[in-house]
Amino acid sequence: MIGAALSFAFACFGLGLLMNAYRVIWAPSLGDRILALDTMVINAIALLALFGILKGTTMYFEASMIIAMTGFISTVSYTRFLLRGDIIE
Amino acid sequence: MLAEIAISACLVISGVFGLVGSFGLIKLPDPMMRLHAPTKATTLGVGGALIASMLYFYFIVGQFSFHELMITLFLFLTAPITGHFIAKTHLHLLHKPEDLPPTGGARPWASYESDAERARIEAEAEGETGA
Repeated sequence: MIGAALSFAFACFGLGLLMNAYRVIWAPSLGDRILALDTMVINAIALLALFGILKGTTMYFEASMIIAMTGFISTVSYTRFLLRGDIIE
Repeated sequence: MLAEIAISACLVISGVFGLVGSFGLIKLPDPMMRLHAPTKATTLGVGGALIASMLYFYFIVGQFSFHELMITLFLFLTAPITGHFIAKTHLHLLHKPEDLPPTGGARPWASYESDAERARIEAEAEGETGA
């Protein structure tokens, strides 16, 4: 039962990642592109967590922690650059 | 058996929420509406996946791992901040200063205030509290 649910979740997040990729390439405004990249990071974290369940190892959580931090910093610095024209004032 | 049902339910719910969040990003018509879908639904989806992982490692593998809690806490703390910053970017890039509603004070919207003006007002406020 867990295997079927895991496959379903994998399919959902993989499809979500494809939709984000579509939005990164064809975006109506710059803010949407940043938002799509941020969502991509979140979906990648979910996929890593699911992969950890599939393999039965906790080794991937350090990686997802680092991806979460990098995603947050990159989103904030990109928006900050667009807002103020400078990242660290 | 009960643990398996709980884990499977968490996985399915998280998958549906993640898919809805990502679908909303390409479906909704307005930039500010598009901001809603990923910041709320997808964050909840990741939360579900991490809870499922925590339950799995506690009940099936038999070891308690608190990494998921840390990741969940970090994501739930940072999701509103990124949402706020992206909303400010939308306001700044897609609206003219005169289209925005009044702020109700002497100062303009934060992203349109010049650095010199902001520094002057902050120095004044600091002088008042310091005196």
